[in-house]
Amino acid sequence: MKPAPFAYVRPASLEDAIAALDEHGEDSRILAGGQSLMATLNMRLSAPEILVDIGRVPDLAGIEETDAGLRIGAMTRHAEVEASDLVASRAPLIASAMPHIAHPAVRNCGTFGGSIALADPAAELPACAVALGARMTIAGKGGTRTVDADAFFRGLYETALEPGEVLTAVEVPGIGAGWKSGFMELARRHGDYAMIGLAAHVEVQDGRFGQGRLVFFGVGERPVCAVRSAALLDGESWSDALGDRIADALKEELDPSEDLNADAPMRRHLAGVLARRVLAPLAA
Amino acid sequence: MDSTVEIGLRVNGERATRRIEARMNLVDFLREELGLTGSHVGCEHGVCGACTVRVDGRIVRGCLMLAAQADGADVWTIEGLSDTGEIRDLQEAFVERNALQCGYCTPGMLLTLAELRERNPAASRQEIREFISGNYCRCTGYEAIVDAFEMARQRQGGPS
Repeated sequence: MKPAPFAYVRPASLEDAIAALDEHGEDSRILAGGQSLMATLNMRLSAPEILVDIGRVPDLAGIEETDAGLRIGAMTRHAEVEASDLVASRAPLIASAMPHIAHPAVRNCGTFGGSIALADPAAELPACAVALGARMTIAGKGGTRTVDADAFFRGLYETALEPGEVLTAVEVPGIGAGWKSGFMELARRHGDYAMIGLAAHVEVQDGRFGQGRLVFFGVGERPVCAVRSAALLDGESWSDALGDRIADALKEELDPSEDLNADAPMRRHLAGVLARRVLAPLAA
Repeated sequence: MDSTVEIGLRVNGERATRRIEARMNLVDFLREELGLTGSHVGCEHGVCGACTVRVDGRIVRGCLMLAAQADGADVWTIEGLSDTGEIRDLQEAFVERNALQCGYCTPGMLLTLAELRERNPAASRQEIREFISGNYCRCTGYEAIVDAFEMARQRQGGPS
């Protein structure tokens, strides 16, 4: 056993979970799928006094259509999202991101909400949430509130979640007519964290781009929306020259971090590679 | 605060009940409490796949799940799958194709391949590779493992 000792509770309701978090405050951590938390516990990077396992809280898992779009419960396992026909038809961007998340055994356990709440800067789902304009449903002692994805991701592993609050669901708005999405990431080996990735959600009418969002991950402390580069798309059809202009603009706009896998100039270059590969087929 | 927890689960078809430390992960529980040492402990942070076991019909990382989370679950390990004969053909193909050398990754690799043939029996070599991408093997270079999966499938009358 490598983790430091901790106590463990498995509340049977959301109210009990919130009460447990409220009682133990900063000493408590939520255990969802555990696929990131358990590793940090094993390495003693994290040593909470009590884990609040929300794995059996009713109604936190599941995918359903709503008036506004799609509601994905926070405890829905990645494998279920990956296999969902509803997600494939209503949120194809998310469907295309799922196979890139770690490996099958991890996707069987890891949860949609866990990935969003952790806010790893190299993770796929936060970028998808920002690209699609998703809204986070958050429950706490004072009731529930919703936060837009843009405001939810604040920085490195930092979100709008306050101590004692639980992310309960992610609402993905319906896709507007003519909007298309594309997803791609570059990793040294399948399932590894991406060196860089792109979640794109853009309007395309008669082969011409309109509004759109290009959200990169693995390039900063949170998902990075390349607003100025995306603006170059407006009114244009795809051409190699447009690809070059966007690649150049991304080099100016992005300020990527460096690590052993890729330095900043390489990530700037790869941003343009991804933009070309993702955008060209969308306009076809 | 009490750092122990009482759990009851089914392992390889047999009921097991223990009071354990809450921090004990599933693979340590299987090895140390139940003596089932076929599931191996490698990296202990979810990267290598040596600890892969089946929980409620799906493979998981035994090092990334607390034993407490498996309370009430139906768990199968390499020992159980060997006894039932479910993966005998895969095991024989592994031996014939030299799909193992030191054998450390083999139990996890077999559990993973057993799930692959449930979910995608006609998987291409590329898809097999992707499915086992979370299971490290430092001996074989993976080619022989992919070969063994295909050989077992061919013998069952599936695509080569």
